[in-house]
Amino acid sequence: MPLIMGMSILLGCQFLGELLSRSLAIPVPGPVLGMVVLLVALLIHGRVPDSLRLAGEGLLRYLTLLFVPAGVGLMVHFELIKADFWVLVITLIVSTAVTLGVTGKVLDRLAKHYTRGAGK
Amino acid sequence: MNLAALDELWVYLSGNPLLSLLATLVAFTLATRINRLAKCSPFAHPVIVAIALLIGFLLLAGIDYATYFEGAQFIHFMLGPATVALAIPLFDHRERVRRMLVPIVLACLTGIVTAVSSTLAIGLLLGARPETLLSLAPRSVTSPIAMGIAEQIGGIPSLAAGLVLLTGSVGCALGPWLFRRLDIEDPSVQGFTMGLAAHGFGTAQSFASLGAMAGAFAGLAMGLTGMVTAFLLPLIISLFGL
Repeated sequence: MPLIMGMSILLGCQFLGELLSRSLAIPVPGPVLGMVVLLVALLIHGRVPDSLRLAGEGLLRYLTLLFVPAGVGLMVHFELIKADFWVLVITLIVSTAVTLGVTGKVLDRLAKHYTRGAGK
Repeated sequence: MNLAALDELWVYLSGNPLLSLLATLVAFTLATRINRLAKCSPFAHPVIVAIALLIGFLLLAGIDYATYFEGAQFIHFMLGPATVALAIPLFDHRERVRRMLVPIVLACLTGIVTAVSSTLAIGLLLGARPETLLSLAPRSVTSPIAMGIAEQIGGIPSLAAGLVLLTGSVGCALGPWLFRRLDIEDPSVQGFTMGLAAHGFGTAQSFASLGAMAGAFAGLAMGLTGMVTAFLLPLIISLFGL
């Protein structure tokens, strides 16, 4: 039963997120708002129920598998990808590297500065 | 059994959700094995290998994507509750997140602006087609959000989803190497950066190789980046005059 309880909590939060996204016309998908809903609920409740931890951590362990079906969709766009192949390759690699470097460096500096400033 | 019956059986099976579901799980298991054989090389990321195996299989078997997705959608559907579940590690590490709140918000904004404008600038410079460019723009955001954004700004949602996945695997390949070069050691910083630049892939990798705290920060970055990008991207697009 705990697995069913945990899944119900997750799906319930997703449902609430979906409702929020539709009714307030927020351009953020339901599951992401569902994450916010669950986080707020956990902060109020004060601890993670065992059933929720079981279901949630089970799902997160196989997170990468869940991306496969959408990725297979690349096969539909072979033509477009072929037309812009090198542009895509160069843009993806360079821009991802720049983003990783800039974000990592900025956060690293700020984090060190802040934890030092707070007299950690 | 004669040949005609076998033929009918194949027609039945290839249109059945069972086959694509089974093929997806088998491909993923194989891909994980191959990744281990390749000494966990980021260039043989299990997801990319699994996708390549499946595309090969579908083309050989003559099954189109819509038919495949009828079965695979059961796996795809679990992305929703899994995204919600990211609140759990986030809750577990709430103290550390609270302490780093200001750096996190600033880094998130810097990261998003860097990701979107570097993508658009390089794409424009190299002369990408407008629909490719608009599908590329949301590439560092988790796929469900990226598809929504791409649709909103006039890109192609399913192409955007594919580019998001490629970004994820590029990020996983480059991340550890870049962190070493730039002397970034803090696992929470590494996790956050991976989650921002490489969304779910970066998050999954952070969980697997850097531990639960890095995973929590990656999940936080992924959620935050998704939400903020959804609001910021249309603005940046108009700045570029697209």
